[in-house]
Amino acid sequence: MSTMTDPPKADFRLSMLINDTRYRSLTFQVIAAIVIALSIWYLGNNLIQNLRAAGLNISYSFLGDSAGYDINQRLVEYDSQSSHARAALVGLLNTLLVAFLACITATVFGVIAGVLRLSNNWLVSKLMAVYVEIFRNIPVLIWIIIIFTIMTAVLPPPSAFRGENPTSSMLFGSFAFTNRGIYFPRPEFANGLFASAALNWLLVIAVLIGSWFVSGEVEKRATKKQEETGERPATLLPKLAIWLVPFVLLMIIMGLTWDVPELKRFNFSGGLNAGGPLIALWFALSIYTGAFIAENVRAGIQAISKGQTEAAAALGLRQGRIMKLVILPQALRVIIPPLISQYLNITKNSSLAIAVGYADITATLGGITLNQTGRAIECVLLLMLFYLTASLLISTGMNIYNASVKLKER
Amino acid sequence: MSDQATNPIAFVAEGTIPPSPPPANETGVIKWLRENLFSGVVNSILTVLSLILIYILLKNTLPWILNGVWNANSLAECREILGDKTGACFAVLTERWPQLIYGFKYPVDAYWRPNLAFVLMLVAIAPVLFFDLPRKMLLFTAVYPFLAFWLIWGGTILVPLVALVGCIAAGGVFQKLGNNSFAAGFFGAIVTALVIWNVGGALIPEGASENAWLSAVPSRDLGGFMLNMMLGVTCVSLSVPLGIALALGRQSNMPLIKWVCVIFIEFIRGVPLITLLFVASVMLAYFFPPDSTVDLFLRVVIMITMFSSAYIAEVIRGGLAALPRGQYEAADSLGLDYPQAMRLIILPQALKISIPGIVNVAVGLFKDTTLVSVISMFDLVGMIRGPILASTEWNGVYWELLGFAALLFFVVCYGISQYSQWLERRLATDHR
Repeated sequence: MSTMTDPPKADFRLSMLINDTRYRSLTFQVIAAIVIALSIWYLGNNLIQNLRAAGLNISYSFLGDSAGYDINQRLVEYDSQSSHARAALVGLLNTLLVAFLACITATVFGVIAGVLRLSNNWLVSKLMAVYVEIFRNIPVLIWIIIIFTIMTAVLPPPSAFRGENPTSSMLFGSFAFTNRGIYFPRPEFANGLFASAALNWLLVIAVLIGSWFVSGEVEKRATKKQEETGERPATLLPKLAIWLVPFVLLMIIMGLTWDVPELKRFNFSGGLNAGGPLIALWFALSIYTGAFIAENVRAGIQAISKGQTEAAAALGLRQGRIMKLVILPQALRVIIPPLISQYLNITKNSSLAIAVGYADITATLGGITLNQTGRAIECVLLLMLFYLTASLLISTGMNIYNASVKLKER
Repeated sequence: MSDQATNPIAFVAEGTIPPSPPPANETGVIKWLRENLFSGVVNSILTVLSLILIYILLKNTLPWILNGVWNANSLAECREILGDKTGACFAVLTERWPQLIYGFKYPVDAYWRPNLAFVLMLVAIAPVLFFDLPRKMLLFTAVYPFLAFWLIWGGTILVPLVALVGCIAAGGVFQKLGNNSFAAGFFGAIVTALVIWNVGGALIPEGASENAWLSAVPSRDLGGFMLNMMLGVTCVSLSVPLGIALALGRQSNMPLIKWVCVIFIEFIRGVPLITLLFVASVMLAYFFPPDSTVDLFLRVVIMITMFSSAYIAEVIRGGLAALPRGQYEAADSLGLDYPQAMRLIILPQALKISIPGIVNVAVGLFKDTTLVSVISMFDLVGMIRGPILASTEWNGVYWELLGFAALLFFVVCYGISQYSQWLERRLATDHR
């Protein structure tokens, strides 16, 4: 677009507002601003009138009221007397829990399926193609319902574990797979260093993070030694010691015991319980998203030039090691950006929990709380705010990771 | 030496040896098996494992499918017919077929209307999908939405007629003014359409729908797979133009417009569709004028369209960014203004690049229409989970129903993705 070097200043005509490139964008933006302001005013005005007609007002005070409903799958203390805010927190943690678990397993499924789909084995690659196509072309809601139905239909009810000759028995005497969920032992500290269990667990995590740092340091030192002298000192034993010794010591000091689930009158009690809805949702999300990740992995592997495989083969590497040492490390850099959006999809799709009755934030805040209090606007806004924040955090975190692993070129 | 002169070579072949067949394990089935299934120890193990997997799957499903009962009135009757054989009870599909497809409230004597609308949709969509068909058919495509609305919802024909007249008049105004200045044409067309719709809407008599040729069907009576199809088709076709506008807005160098588009797109992409459907079902009504009643179907269409247009906008933005800079400069150097450059040079190429992405979004959107069952609309999944499984006759036939739903979605979605691959090959103009 050419600009005049010396535009005539005096004779400004009204038509220049739309025909002159210097003013046109300004004109359009002013029009746009007016249109946006008018529509916001119109919508806001309608909202105020409607709310007044319905006798409502926008207020978040309901969050402090007692919720009055029970949630059986929870990570923090909660009972029906707790507040709606507490219920929302339970739901929020449940969403994060299932999203976190599903991200890990979906990645595992996806990478395996994506690699196998490129296998030389005709049968295996066709099977994987069928897996990918079937899962990609059927709605995730149907998968969640199907897998939930399989679980409740195939696994035995808790009553099958009872009686003289129970039809099913617990695995190792401590794991019970029932149609109401999986019961497994819970680690407990007999004489913990802190009064609250959460602080004890934080201590365990802190120790593990410490071990991770120290073992990273050992690794670094070994690499440095190798660069200087050409000999790599053995790191396996020191690293094992660094990981195990503090951990085991801590466990002994705090007195680790296991709370094993037991069959009481109608159901198992004690131990930890992963409810059927959680397992079904977790599995369905992983296997569904796994199919998408498999396609990303396949595209990533195919993006690596064939010369890399041939060069690796010329060095005498075997098929499996070529994949592990040469192709996958390079392909992962191509795979990570789409992987980020798949993780976001998992987080967002976990809101389908409402279909199987898993108490995630959509089911607590957007479901029961909304229906009980009738605070539709407040609840939906809070819900959106949560998902927006989660999405932003995930994508920021993964983008930082992506920036650190992507190919450094000139 | 002399010996050699008389008998130079002991043996000379007089004819060519006929080519012998390759070794048995280098031809045909055996070679293929060796190369593709048993080329190594690991591969052989994988093959055997896959065969075992396939065997287990078939052993458990085949008798179930083959023994299926197709004629019965309830699950108990199915079980009676089956005796102690394992088998599916497909009778639920034959008995509840109309409900699965049309929902449970759509008037039975009006089933021909959605059927006709569906057949006409195939005709209307054909010239859009296949370019070799005569271009005149696009005229029917333009009329189709109004026709389909009238067929499915029934009521007075005046409503779609007024809408159609408004659109035709707007198109005429755009033709007339748009030659001179795109902006004048665009705004002129919008004003014309609004005027005609308002005036025409006021002219339609109050009880026109009551004695209409086609009895009126309220939106809440729609259901079944028909609802999924309607939501999918409507929202995809509405969200493509909206997505284009959003993508162009995001690329614009006017800061206000750019930031409005960015915020809209990022907001929509950051929240799950379910929350948007909650907005449609519990919140959106508050934003309409107090005396108006906007039915749930329309509110859901608005939210799903917003949802998918944000995703389509990002796909098209990718297409716009993939175009070489030279194309933009060439358009400028020809003296084309922005709308002309976009319409004639940039968008056709950018859209071509974006086709696979748009189809991906469309398939995803079509699958996501099942989520409306969460806000208690009785689409296919809603029908299965609600009325059918809750009925006394069919309580407990999960597999047949869910399998049917899965199959139906698979056929449609797989078909769309195959079409997109065909289109991609067809449009490929790069290095062949």
